[in-house]
Amino acid sequence: MPTYVGMPSFPDAAKKAVADSQLRRNLTHATTAIRTKRQRVVSELDDWEQLRQAGKAIKDHTLANLDTYLLRLEENVVKAGGHVHWARDADEANAIVTRLVQDAHADTVVKVKSMATQETGLNEALAASGIRAIETDLAELIVQLGDDRPSHILVPAIHKNRAEIGELFRRTMPDAPDGLTDDPPQLAAAARTHLRHEFLNAKVGISGANFAIADSGSLVVVESEGNGRMCLTLPDTLISVVGVEKLLPSWQDLEVFLALLPRSSTAERMNPYTTIWSGITAGDGPQNFHLVLIDNGRTATLADKTGRQALRCIRCSACLNVCPVYERAGGHAYGSPYPGPIGAILSPQLRGIGSDIDASLPFASSLCGACYEVCPVAINIPEVLVELRARSVENQHHYAERTVFSLAAFMLRSPRRLAAAQRATSFGRHFVGRSGRIRRLPPPLSAWTDTRDAPAPPPESFRAWWARTRGGTE
Amino acid sequence: MRIGLFVTCLTDTMFPDTGKAVVTLLERLGHQVEFPAGQSCCGQMHFNSGYRREAAPMARGFATAFKGYDAIVTPSASCGAMVREYHQVLAEGDAAFSRDVAEIAPRVHDLATFLTGVLGVTDVGAYFPHRVTYHPTCHSLRMMHVGDAPYRLLRAVRGLELVDLPDAETCCGFGGTFAVKNAEVSAAMCADKVAAIRQSRAEVVCAGDNSCLMHIGGSLSRTRTGVRTMHLAEILASTGDNQ
Repeated sequence: MPTYVGMPSFPDAAKKAVADSQLRRNLTHATTAIRTKRQRVVSELDDWEQLRQAGKAIKDHTLANLDTYLLRLEENVVKAGGHVHWARDADEANAIVTRLVQDAHADTVVKVKSMATQETGLNEALAASGIRAIETDLAELIVQLGDDRPSHILVPAIHKNRAEIGELFRRTMPDAPDGLTDDPPQLAAAARTHLRHEFLNAKVGISGANFAIADSGSLVVVESEGNGRMCLTLPDTLISVVGVEKLLPSWQDLEVFLALLPRSSTAERMNPYTTIWSGITAGDGPQNFHLVLIDNGRTATLADKTGRQALRCIRCSACLNVCPVYERAGGHAYGSPYPGPIGAILSPQLRGIGSDIDASLPFASSLCGACYEVCPVAINIPEVLVELRARSVENQHHYAERTVFSLAAFMLRSPRRLAAAQRATSFGRHFVGRSGRIRRLPPPLSAWTDTRDAPAPPPESFRAWWARTRGGTE
Repeated sequence: MRIGLFVTCLTDTMFPDTGKAVVTLLERLGHQVEFPAGQSCCGQMHFNSGYRREAAPMARGFATAFKGYDAIVTPSASCGAMVREYHQVLAEGDAAFSRDVAEIAPRVHDLATFLTGVLGVTDVGAYFPHRVTYHPTCHSLRMMHVGDAPYRLLRAVRGLELVDLPDAETCCGFGGTFAVKNAEVSAAMCADKVAAIRQSRAEVVCAGDNSCLMHIGGSLSRTRTGVRTMHLAEILASTGDNQ
């Protein structure tokens, strides 16, 4: 997965976002609307918690038996007339796809919105070989036209409002109609006209998949706009890039996820388009089908007993929409195609904790737990975050911070030393001004007092009061 | 029932009135409370910041201090959740320590659920003639699962007018070291919490955790709102006599 060049750590990137009033307004508006709607459609189901536990159990079972199910999937895809390719990492996946596009003598491909190819940086790799990749999901198109980055898993252009999109279309879309306004139906119509030509001429379609069913070798794409259906059925060659964790054993298992996913992602009871295909069908749809299965850090993640639960993720975005940190920092601050709480546990595991951004991501949370509460496959995101924090601390050499924490631990683990520190703290109140609040503290605590007062210490601690009034020793 | 008060290091050091309120309240309800002097810190700050090696001796100290109590009551849902959810992680690989945690951790109760669930009381005989709003802290809600216990307790307080807090269940942005490590986002979250409190028109905002209240209170005070913070225990301990 690309670590964006020059990506600063999360706090630095978030600082800019917090000060961007337009972004804050766009994000608050969009996330509030979708989380309210999600709450409503989820509460319609009496058995939501059972569905959620079923989703978790199916994913855990599949991940624990991935070797068996992957081979079964390969066997059944091949039996249905498809080809299967295995890619260890992003570079291998991109090389395979590039070769397949060249073999089809195509210089343009149409794409269904896909997180896997965002993760591998496929569009950039294709461009380097002179192949034009056209994103056909409306929000992905907006991101592509703006030479921008996605900031949300489901709604990649969530950071833009319609006025900004109207301006972008008028500036970058050569066939935008004259007098195009910011009216959403007009904007959608302009995008439709713009894409129609590409759909009809494309020889190659590229997609990801929401699910891959081992028993039948079927792939499943769920979407809302119908652009996916066009890409999956019109071109002669279809290439699907799919993470190995997208596997489900059987059709019966799919039922659970087709109930969990739309309600969690778009807050709909059912998504408008569900396309399912198994290999090729003579005379109908693509006549060449290639499945590229990618690892790209997944088996390493699977090896960790706490961290592996992140692989249950079905990319619904419910955790982003409820996250108070995401709502204020925006998706770009996470420096990855996977933003928000799930990104904070997925990116450092898939990429490793090498860069500033990946080392800072596990700390980009107040551990409020709203993400865990809404996750349709019950990923305990706070639990993984604190696990990754421990790993980050082991790997890094923040000598100053480690010294502070070691000293604090030395003081806090002994009641006697804590009592001594409390006496010193209480003495410190003589230095606090008459307001009774502390308005300024030295660094690093100045980060607190820049925006918040600190309380003045009390004349005596609780344990001193207890010892004085109830007897016994401090 | 032998009740041990787990006061937490933050309340012990900075907010002793909350500890005193828990003692007053439980004694008023006819229970004896002990304060095991061997207690210090549960290790939450270290654990949540990634310093597990440093947190482990604190978890061990907790087990030593609270062994033998039937109920361990704390005015901090967050520290209580640390013991319940994560002390076992720190005890991994040490059979005796792990057994102690398994025995002790389930006996840790947040004050509100101890009152309503274990003691079965909602009217604690309090009097507090003020307009109050309640902030359900994240760990009380999502880790200690206190549900509506605090609301039931507050509604039974004489003279108290309980007003709704808009977007009550959204985090205030404290998050321990998050407040310093991600100060900008934390402050932005707190600003929205303060705006919601202003909108509620409450004069007092209460919660079951002094850490969150310290954060919210720091912002209320900095922006001179005239709204004060108060721990739930202190409201429940109030009677006409000590006003």
